[in-house]
Amino acid sequence: MKKESFFDKAGTRSVLASLVAILVGMLAGSVIILIVGLTNSSLGIKGAWEGIRLVVAGLFATGRDAAGGLTFGFNSASFGNMLFRAVPLIMTGLSVALGNKAGLFNIGAPGQYLAGTAASLFVSLSVPTSVVPAWLVWLMALLAGMMAGACWGAIPGLLKAYLNINEVLACIMTNWIAANAVTWVFDVSNLKNVLEGTKSGYIYKTSTVLNDVVIDGVRSTVGANIPEGAQVVATRGGVATAKMGLDSIFSGSQVNGGILVAILIAIVIYIILSRTTLGYQLKACGANRYAARYAGIQDKRNIVLTMALAGALAAAGGALYYLSGNTEFFWNTYQSLPAEGFNGIPVALLAINNPLGVVFSAVFMSMLQICGQKLTELTAYNEYITNVIIAVIVYLSAFMLVIKMWIGKLRKGKAVDK
Amino acid sequence: MPFLIRQTLVYAVPLMLVALAGVFAERSGIINLALEGIMIFGAFMGVLFVRTVQEWGWFQPAYDAGNILGLQGFCFLAMLFAAAMGALFSLLLAFAAINLKADQTIGGTALNLLAPAVVLFFIRIIANQNTLNMYKGDAASWFMLKKSMFGYGRKEEMNFLGSTFVDKVYVATYICILVFIVMSIILYKTRFGMRLRSCGENPQASASLGINVVKMRYAGTVISGALAGMGGFVYVLTTANCSANGDVAGFGFLALAVMIFGNWKPLNICLAALLFGLFKCVAASYSTLDINGDGVYLLKNLNINTNIYRMLPYVITLIVLAFTSKSSRAPKAEGIPYDPGKR
Repeated sequence: MKKESFFDKAGTRSVLASLVAILVGMLAGSVIILIVGLTNSSLGIKGAWEGIRLVVAGLFATGRDAAGGLTFGFNSASFGNMLFRAVPLIMTGLSVALGNKAGLFNIGAPGQYLAGTAASLFVSLSVPTSVVPAWLVWLMALLAGMMAGACWGAIPGLLKAYLNINEVLACIMTNWIAANAVTWVFDVSNLKNVLEGTKSGYIYKTSTVLNDVVIDGVRSTVGANIPEGAQVVATRGGVATAKMGLDSIFSGSQVNGGILVAILIAIVIYIILSRTTLGYQLKACGANRYAARYAGIQDKRNIVLTMALAGALAAAGGALYYLSGNTEFFWNTYQSLPAEGFNGIPVALLAINNPLGVVFSAVFMSMLQICGQKLTELTAYNEYITNVIIAVIVYLSAFMLVIKMWIGKLRKGKAVDK
Repeated sequence: MPFLIRQTLVYAVPLMLVALAGVFAERSGIINLALEGIMIFGAFMGVLFVRTVQEWGWFQPAYDAGNILGLQGFCFLAMLFAAAMGALFSLLLAFAAINLKADQTIGGTALNLLAPAVVLFFIRIIANQNTLNMYKGDAASWFMLKKSMFGYGRKEEMNFLGSTFVDKVYVATYICILVFIVMSIILYKTRFGMRLRSCGENPQASASLGINVVKMRYAGTVISGALAGMGGFVYVLTTANCSANGDVAGFGFLALAVMIFGNWKPLNICLAALLFGLFKCVAASYSTLDINGDGVYLLKNLNINTNIYRMLPYVITLIVLAFTSKSSRAPKAEGIPYDPGKR
């Protein structure tokens, strides 16, 4: 028997199709930049060329030289931030991928992400670190976040399994309910940043040290500097993900051990999906719910379980992002949903729902975001072009099958030529 | 009370128009999850049209002369433009779903991601901020009907009907109602509508009777896009002072829920939209809501957190769906790519 050639393997074709999607996405972004540049006299062809170079290689941009030209090189801050920003994307990507494997389109990741963010912020800023060690508070916060996300994700799961409500619609509704609920709980909480005047719209960073003190019989909260005559009742906060030496490799960036945690979780999900009964049952439900039921698999239980797991994963993304200790949560979020949640969709689609592939596609997405940031910093363009590119990629992944077929035809065409 | 009815209509009318947009797509067999994105795109294009035409100064004489008809004509043109652009945008979905047999859910999601991205990209370049406003003036002074136009003085009150349906309303709202009625009749009482609906139930059978399924599905999706685009523009015109910021806060998805709740039928949708419009209206203006006109703000005095009111429309949607989903009957062939060889 003839050995199957490298290009005829299904896996290779899938990866090729993803690469085609990325390429076309980048091309579309470049074309928009070019058109805007040509019609805008202040940008011109030179501005457009700079924009295109930044879209493709923004990760390596280091600024502008004395003559005003763009300079490129290894930028450790950009690299580190790319890894840092990939963490929530890996988690929401895993969340969506897991849902897709089980035949459920989890567009509820933003709401689950918010639920996880809120729960972990509450735990990390409320549990006194003067009693419980900070690392344990960190762990408790992460687990609390995942629990909250699991509960939030289970709602559309239950609605889908027992009342046959379209999970997409249920997820969208729970997203907006989460956005309002999170705003509400933080609105009435005492975690709003009142110590720094300019940060009034934000929750404290988890790394902030808060001291509950009693001054002349009046209870209040102060920062690390304790005023004279005050009696400290409890100390809260001061919780942050360990850097694990990554900050010395990528100096000037926000990177921390969260990326390693995320990769570890991705590996665990990969093993669950490919090596356990649970994973097999989930995939069976995804392939054909009724056939799975006929084979003795409890399809309803599996739907709820999948959504709860997916919720926990997306929530862990929010928890890991804000537990880093150098990010602040804008709490008045009732009008907008976190983009990290929605971006889980393209991450999962690009990775063809493979948990290990998710790690790579998430890093790619966060690289695009860094490119967008550089575009805003260095040119008159703005970061939204990144979202255009991502949207084009999602659009193309809607007909991945057709693209794969085209790739197959190209191969066949060549074979005939020989 | 007049305020409550007026505000409810402001939310309910775009909602039912966009829900009808969903019906047109799904009845032809295409799941249009992109309603939200199309609304965002239509809203942006409508506002851009208003802004650009204002910049050219075409309707400035009409404004200076207080020519109501001229200004309403201007508004109508903007609505048409938004509808045309919405139709154009929805072609992306139609092409992927019909010609490439793509996954319609993912295709719709792509459009939902694409619209805010493109819109914000251009808003930032045009306006150097994240909101695109009118070139000059505001929506109320340009497009709103006011009692002074009908000879009422500042102190005089119109009667109940007048203050509910004439004072401080946008003609655009009534145009939408008219469009809703006309389109519903087209869907149910014409040969075209009947053929379109048949493609959403059993496209192979329709094809055997000589109906061009591909054409019908294109028609359904494009009409859907036009209605959603128009709805998006009217929504931002009446609730956001004719400004676009790349967001309609899940309104397109609410419309989808209204469509399912309304069982894909125009009359039910109309009632469902009024219910949701009422909740949206309460959420938006509960603190100044004086229901029976005794000067007491009942809902404000209940002292419930704002965010509870804000999440109400979405919670109600879920509850209503939970109760109605068992009896709802979606078009049979929706979401399934048309395959002529399938039996």
